Amino acid sequence: MKHIVSALVENKPGVLVRIAGLFSRRGFNIESLAVGPTEHPEISRMTIVVDVADQPLEQVTKQLHKLINVIKLSELRMDESVQRELVMIKIKAPAAKRAEIIEIADIFRANIVDVSRDMIVLEVTGTESKIDAIENLLIPYGIIEFARTGKIALARGSKETEQ
Amino acid sequence: MKITGAEALIKSLENENVEYIFGIPGGVLVDIHHHLCMSKKIKHILMRHEQVAAHAADGYARATGRVGVCMATSGPGATNLVTGIANAYMDSIPIVALTGQVKSPMIGTDAFQEADITGITLPVVKHSYLLKDPREIGRVIKEAFYIAGSGRPGPVLIDIPRDISLAEVDFKYPDSIDLPGYKPTVRGNPKQIKLAVKAIMASERPIVYAGGGVILSNAAKELTSLVRFLRVPVTTTLMGKGAFPETDDLSLGMLGMHGTAYANYAINESDLIIAIGARFDDRVTGNPEKFAVNAKVIHIDIDPAEIGKNVNVDVPIVGDAKQILSGLLVALKTEIKSSKHRPWGAWLTKVEAWKAKHPLFYKKDKVLRPQFIIEQIYALTKDTDHVITTGVGQNQMWAAQFYKTDTARDFLSSGGLGTMGYGMPAAIGAQFGRPKSLVVDIDGDGSFQMVSQDLATAAAHKLPIKICILNNMYLGMVRQWQELFYECRYAAVDLAPGMPDFVKLADAYGAKGIRVTKNEEVKPALEKAFKDPSTYVIEFCIDREECVFPMVAPGAEITDMMMEKPARRSR
Ligand SMILES: Cc1ncc(C[n+]2csc(CCOP(=O)(O)OP(=O)(O)O)c2C)c(N)n1
Ligand SMILES: [Mg+2]
Repeated sequence: MKHIVSALVENKPGVLVRIAGLFSRRGFNIESLAVGPTEHPEISRMTIVVDVADQPLEQVTKQLHKLINVIKLSELRMDESVQRELVMIKIKAPAAKRAEIIEIADIFRANIVDVSRDMIVLEVTGTESKIDAIENLLIPYGIIEFARTGKIALARGSKETEQ
Repeated sequence: MKITGAEALIKSLENENVEYIFGIPGGVLVDIHHHLCMSKKIKHILMRHEQVAAHAADGYARATGRVGVCMATSGPGATNLVTGIANAYMDSIPIVALTGQVKSPMIGTDAFQEADITGITLPVVKHSYLLKDPREIGRVIKEAFYIAGSGRPGPVLIDIPRDISLAEVDFKYPDSIDLPGYKPTVRGNPKQIKLAVKAIMASERPIVYAGGGVILSNAAKELTSLVRFLRVPVTTTLMGKGAFPETDDLSLGMLGMHGTAYANYAINESDLIIAIGARFDDRVTGNPEKFAVNAKVIHIDIDPAEIGKNVNVDVPIVGDAKQILSGLLVALKTEIKSSKHRPWGAWLTKVEAWKAKHPLFYKKDKVLRPQFIIEQIYALTKDTDHVITTGVGQNQMWAAQFYKTDTARDFLSSGGLGTMGYGMPAAIGAQFGRPKSLVVDIDGDGSFQMVSQDLATAAAHKLPIKICILNNMYLGMVRQWQELFYECRYAAVDLAPGMPDFVKLADAYGAKGIRVTKNEEVKPALEKAFKDPSTYVIEFCIDREECVFPMVAPGAEITDMMMEKPARRSR
């Protein structure tokens, strides 16, 4: 099962390695990982997606808790959190196909962030399934390059993520 | 006033009341040593190998309860520390390891003697630092000692690039610590303590299972009061030796793979395990599926990650063992008003019967056997302030079985990592920390040879440590497995070719040595060595093929014990 682990960490050297190392040492593959500063510049949020059974994940989250630079940690349930990913897709777009591609982009509320004679770069944000859907629609046109961020997530409602 | 980073480091260490640093210098440490040798408070003990330095810091920490310190130069010095750091990590021992590093701008360039020691040690430290700014020195040292010694203790490494030692700083040692991500739970939840009381009162066959956490939290006294009040049997792990007096009737000694038969029977038949500062290691549980299947578990531990890791727990209590045990005792005393309350009499009788039926034993004949030697060491040391250290292998298990440990911090052994070579370095560290104690290393010939160069350190400081080598001229524990499970095909275990003359070796270092080959020589030799103020090596030429029993085969149920050599022996 997929799990989202959200961690507030001190923005100190080596934090990422310590966290990633714990996962690999316990035999887990990190499916995606996103890190960025929070509203406090000295604190970063890491959102980690792993695919494991509940029991061993508990052991990892407990071990993560023990890391000195991890301030708060929580596991977000899929149905109790909002999740987003961002993707940029560079697609072949000769003049004849361009209108179709722009139409797809509109449906998905994607932004066109770069255009040249025979290609377009689209930017899409959304849930995993939305991004998978647009990717599938665009494959036939010829995807030149594809860059996808990991998931970021926050708990739904007024409660803070780490409680 | 500005001082150099090196001076700031030493002042910081002085502020932490460091008495000894065990180490070996090197290029990137010269500035530090230049000032360290002038310190009036800290003495640097020059070792002959960095692994020994780390083990000595560890032995010092275990024997005294304080944080041990070791220091090594960049590159090979630092990598030589790794085994010692891992050893301390596995047994939750508070040490601070200082390593020199190449100058900051050269980091990452494969500079001479550069090693990414913070990277290499990542899985075996509680925390680590790579200093980037000389102004951090005070804060980092203060944090390091706090982190190493608090919560679940463990090693902390500080990597110090040479330019940081050379830089000039305005130095002031901080008086507070701000670690937002580090707040170990110390106080046990009162609700959980209530649940524990309930579980204890409802139990019919309770047993206390105590580990190294009791020693680390200085809770032996609290545990002893609790157990004597309840009158329930106690078994300890190797790390827990000394948590409860082994000479007490309620003690079942050590459990597990080479534990006593009665401890293994008792825990497997118990209906309640009160686990304190122990982690249900596979050497303790054997096959976890068949371990104490009818028992509920109360698990007291300061590390929440230990709860439910290896076995399911009914009543977890996270916090410091010392506080929780005294809280538990108070709560139980209100529950059990009359001191005549002895609900577990029948259970104790049963346990006593196991004790009587399956005692630890060995053959008493003319042959020089290790168990007899340890009994003699015990008889001669039990009434003096002493510290026992061990090697790893059969020697260690015999020591654990036959040396009855009554007091905490007096039996030091490498448990989690099982590091051959731990014995003598730990004895060195323990002797520095406790100069008045009689420090005896019960060692193996193989283990000792991994660190024997540091006889030089012991001799140089005239440390009166007594190194008792149980010489079976084998990597005996491995040989035992080969004898019992691999058709006596002895592969890569014979140490007889190349066996040094240990008496001459001691002599070569300016220590004293004596060889014992017969039973009747054991006591006089020990008496002579214990009276002598020198570093002493006592070589016991023991029966080569003696085995450690009981033995639970790896992965078997812990009551499925081999008590002696099987009759049919194909060779
Ligand atoms: C550093 C290290 N290498 C290898 C081992 C594996 N090992 C465990 S016990 C043992 C034999 C130890 O021999 P010795 O010190 O002579 O003790 P004995 O068992 O003979 O008493 C070995 C090789 C180990 N525990 N540690
Ligand atoms: Mg041996």
